[in-house]
Amino acid sequence: MTTITAADTPLVQYTLRLADNALVLGHRLSEWCGHAPMLEEDIALANIALDLIGQARSLYAYAAAVEGEGRDEDALAYLRDAGEYRNVLLVEQPNGDFAVTIARQFLYAALMAPFWRALASSRDETLASIAAKAEKEAVYHLRHASEWLIRLGDGTAESHARAQAALDELWMYTGELFEIDAIERGLAQRGIAVDPQGLRPEWDETIDRVLAEATLARPPEQWMQTGGRAGRHSEHLGFILADLQFLQRAYPGANW
Amino acid sequence: MSAAPAPHRPAFGESASPRKRGEELRARAWAAAASVVDPEVPVLTIEDLGVLRDVAIADDGTVEVSITPTYSGCPAMTVIRLEVELALARAGIADARVKTVLSPAWTTDWMSQDGRRKLKDYGIAPPAPKASRRALFGVETIACPQCGSADTEKLAEFGSTACKALWRCQSCREPFDHFKCI
Repeated sequence: MTTITAADTPLVQYTLRLADNALVLGHRLSEWCGHAPMLEEDIALANIALDLIGQARSLYAYAAAVEGEGRDEDALAYLRDAGEYRNVLLVEQPNGDFAVTIARQFLYAALMAPFWRALASSRDETLASIAAKAEKEAVYHLRHASEWLIRLGDGTAESHARAQAALDELWMYTGELFEIDAIERGLAQRGIAVDPQGLRPEWDETIDRVLAEATLARPPEQWMQTGGRAGRHSEHLGFILADLQFLQRAYPGANW
Repeated sequence: MSAAPAPHRPAFGESASPRKRGEELRARAWAAAASVVDPEVPVLTIEDLGVLRDVAIADDGTVEVSITPTYSGCPAMTVIRLEVELALARAGIADARVKTVLSPAWTTDWMSQDGRRKLKDYGIAPPAPKASRRALFGVETIACPQCGSADTEKLAEFGSTACKALWRCQSCREPFDHFKCI
């Protein structure tokens, strides 16, 4: 006999995917705090991390409320193991050099700006209100990443080469951004979720426009990595969670 | 159909109807909550910022104050919530709760004219009045809050807090914060 837990309900799953994307990328960006190439960028990356962690908190709180199992946002963030995380592989990739961080940020934000705009019309009131807020932030994040990618791509030979290498390295993680499964298709049909396939043309246009200005080449179509949304992650996520969850694992329920 | 209800006749000594007392309580609660200042931009009250959204009296008589974050991860929200609770307690309102609302999403358009003026006097360039910037690369002109010159340049998209960007004036050479327009 299989038991269906509340966490398996489509709305909880969907909300957790969005929350996990935001938390993991927010955590990655926060790793730059105190290490960025210049003070302004240190502040910028920390600010973006803060926006993402704020989005994650709203989403986790909602997932916990819908689930109704007595978990709260902290339990969802701190007490799930890597296999239970539902983020896409792109966001857990290491920061690399500054070009890798910017390329990852650009590829993600180019989707999230139109994604949140579309989700703001969701029939689910809470998701719509979180999305309307996140959209303003995502537009800003996209501008920040685009300006940097242009600066790096159209900069020195060294910065150009690094920006191109970063794009080439991360490109295989972009396919997963547009995947849709039965859970999301069902929710999309009910007007709750957004079908990311419909956002593909806008994403392509943003990518091509910024890459052209940055004098960078769009990587060729290739085999795409997948699995994060089903809980199959790269080894990197475990290290992120070790850092993120240590305190709650070592001292359960610790509070200050 | 029943007849129209008889007009309410106040009992001797009753100072005001429950409805009027409710309105008086609401006004007192609003004034208390509206006195709370933003911990990161202390010249602005949460009313100036448009962070204070609503004060309502629940059916059980509890005062319910609604606040909205400027940004999803605004770290000032915890302090603002605490300060509102304190302000209400100081005004003698013990039965209160503060809730966070996300919708409609906060916009700099809600900042009062008075708030914009106070911000400028404090040395922070206020947001442009219409948050209509949706273009990926817009052209913005921000006047220096110190000398008024329009000859300014953006140093960074992000400043000392989530709601500000860092700019520099080419005329007086002073750096300044600009309240981002969202």
